[in-house]
Amino acid sequence: MSNMENMIGAKALMTAMEKEGVKEVFGLPGGANLPMYDEFARCNIRHILTRHEQSAAHMADGFGRVSRKPGVCFATSGPGATNILTGIATAQADSAPMVAVTGQVPTAMIGKDAFQESDIIGMANPVVKYAFQPRHASEIPEVVRKGFFIAETGRPGPVLIDIPKDVQQNEAEMTFPDEFKIQGYHPWTDPDIVAVEKAIDMLLHSQKPVILAGGGTIISSAFAELQSIAEALMLPVVTTFKGKGAFPENHPLSLGPIGMHGHAEANKIMSEADCVLAIGTRFSDRSVGTFEEFERNLKIIHMDVDPAEIGKNQTAQLAVVGDVQTNLRIMVKLLLQKAIKKTEETPWVKHVKETKAYWEENLKLHPGEMGAAKILRKLREILPKESIITTEVGQHQMWASLFYDVIQPGTFFSSTGLGTMGWGFPASIGAKVAKPDVPVVDIAGDGSFAMTENSLATAVLEDIPVIVFVLNNFTLGMVAQWQRTFYDRRMIGVDQGKYCPDYVKLAESYGAQGIRAQSMDELDKAIRDALSSDVATVIDIPIDPEEDVLPFVAPGTSLKDMILPS
Amino acid sequence: MWAILSILVENKPGILFKVTHLFRARDFNIDSISVGVTENPEYSKMTITTYGDEKQIDQIVKQLDKMIDTVRVERLDEHKTVYRELSIFKIKLSNANDSMEVNKLANAYGGKVHDVKQDSVMVELTATPDQIKAFEELAKPFGIIDVARTGVAALQRSGAE
Repeated sequence: MSNMENMIGAKALMTAMEKEGVKEVFGLPGGANLPMYDEFARCNIRHILTRHEQSAAHMADGFGRVSRKPGVCFATSGPGATNILTGIATAQADSAPMVAVTGQVPTAMIGKDAFQESDIIGMANPVVKYAFQPRHASEIPEVVRKGFFIAETGRPGPVLIDIPKDVQQNEAEMTFPDEFKIQGYHPWTDPDIVAVEKAIDMLLHSQKPVILAGGGTIISSAFAELQSIAEALMLPVVTTFKGKGAFPENHPLSLGPIGMHGHAEANKIMSEADCVLAIGTRFSDRSVGTFEEFERNLKIIHMDVDPAEIGKNQTAQLAVVGDVQTNLRIMVKLLLQKAIKKTEETPWVKHVKETKAYWEENLKLHPGEMGAAKILRKLREILPKESIITTEVGQHQMWASLFYDVIQPGTFFSSTGLGTMGWGFPASIGAKVAKPDVPVVDIAGDGSFAMTENSLATAVLEDIPVIVFVLNNFTLGMVAQWQRTFYDRRMIGVDQGKYCPDYVKLAESYGAQGIRAQSMDELDKAIRDALSSDVATVIDIPIDPEEDVLPFVAPGTSLKDMILPS
Repeated sequence: MWAILSILVENKPGILFKVTHLFRARDFNIDSISVGVTENPEYSKMTITTYGDEKQIDQIVKQLDKMIDTVRVERLDEHKTVYRELSIFKIKLSNANDSMEVNKLANAYGGKVHDVKQDSVMVELTATPDQIKAFEELAKPFGIIDVARTGVAALQRSGAE
């Protein structure tokens, strides 16, 4: 215990956050969080003003995923708090570290239906990793310490701290604890050497083994371990969509993401495999199709930090519970000790490479100059490999998954679990704040971008030059695709209007750069101009509204049953 | 399959809400629930009985265990556990004979009789849920006016861990 000092709750909050290393807060002020805001005048934390609390949460989320430290967002009580709920739920679904701090009406007013009162603790409960509501100012330092610890350890997630206004204002003797105890929280388990040995054995004794790398591989930065295991055992690597880029997608053993819009070769090889080393994945329905079909004739080795994921969606023959990187490191060590290094290409690996080559050659793409594949490959060609990509949610997201190869692991982020339209742009701003020296591009669609486009104000005024790369089909494209495929082309509620808004003019009205690219030459120039620009840039790329995302595994079917371009 | 779960939680406001919310959100069933503070006032113990297949019950235990407010979650083997529920039945008396018959029935189940009136009587019964159900069936012909049940409380027998 150290640093006994008298101060008000709001100051204790900021002091405790400074001790956690917080440099930036994304947020919007209001009546119930004014005492916290007043402290920005007296501390070294930068406030980044957003135009909507949901965007503040997405910015904190993007910051958290890139920096692997909790991103922080502030909102006031009532509607401010309810507005961040979507952002919190998005972070929870994708295990992103975040600390959301909301103002609450004064303690004496709680339960009285006061102005701008909402029971945010009750509402947020199912979508937070944990929530605190300190009732005395003196509790704040420990609550902040615990909140950051919970948000970033084990399986990361969002933590909510809801502080009544009087608790922010009251003065108390503050102790900033170095040590604390959370009795029911055990984020770490011992490495499981026996299980890892068994896993190696299972992989060596199967004919058609693969690695399925999920988002947990990226969260625990187990890139080097994954690659050395894949190479030593000569295992083809598929990923989930959230795991996209856990493994370099230009590697000869890489097949890319499986799933509803997975790569044809990845879905094919996953369906044929007899044993899978599944790393940090929760086997979402979008990744595996029908649960029963996926696990048929497949031995599953499931590595995850969260014991509750074992057996939730798929039955594992072997579970390796614990930090993925720790257990993969043990596997690397054991492989070295036992001098296991495959050099001879097995018939399986040969088949995998042939399958990959076949689909690279034969997947039919849109014939036009401005087809999605060509556009995204152009972006890949120009962007430096360390660039960070965020995406919105929809067709462009799935095209990015199919056609934008991640070369440097851990540089691709998307709202994969909750599928939150409007996530990508504010998340790209958070990502750029975390890594100001690398280009950050939000691959967007016109429908998603419309949801949080007012974050352009933040990007411009706070000098955060991200690039929004809009594949504009003037349509809610993914919904339109389903209506074309499953609803006999009855197009209802998907037309976004031609240039409504005109994104070039919209960008310019905020003081950002707007460029329209209608040919490959224009696109090439636009990307280069955006990369050298000091202000945020919106590149508007009109595309064919009828282009579908293919391959497509229809909901409720298995990975074998891909709909392919005809 | 029926299962008895014993959950030790921190004795703080809002935790009952979180536990029941977890059951609702994950589509699990609560058959009965009882909560009380333990000998150490820092903790409360919840006893929840639930239905589900083996996989579901395994998931319920894991999800409860994952909750930060739960200190210990145990699935109790009903054959190695003392488990009881308290119930109070208000039973209709239509004639003098009924009074005697209800008394006999209560005695047979180890129940206690309270609030004896001309046309009704209360029976307090502490038993397993199965026994309470059996008693209820036998009491039905008299006419059950009202019932209140506490949910199961359970402790594992010594040496059964």
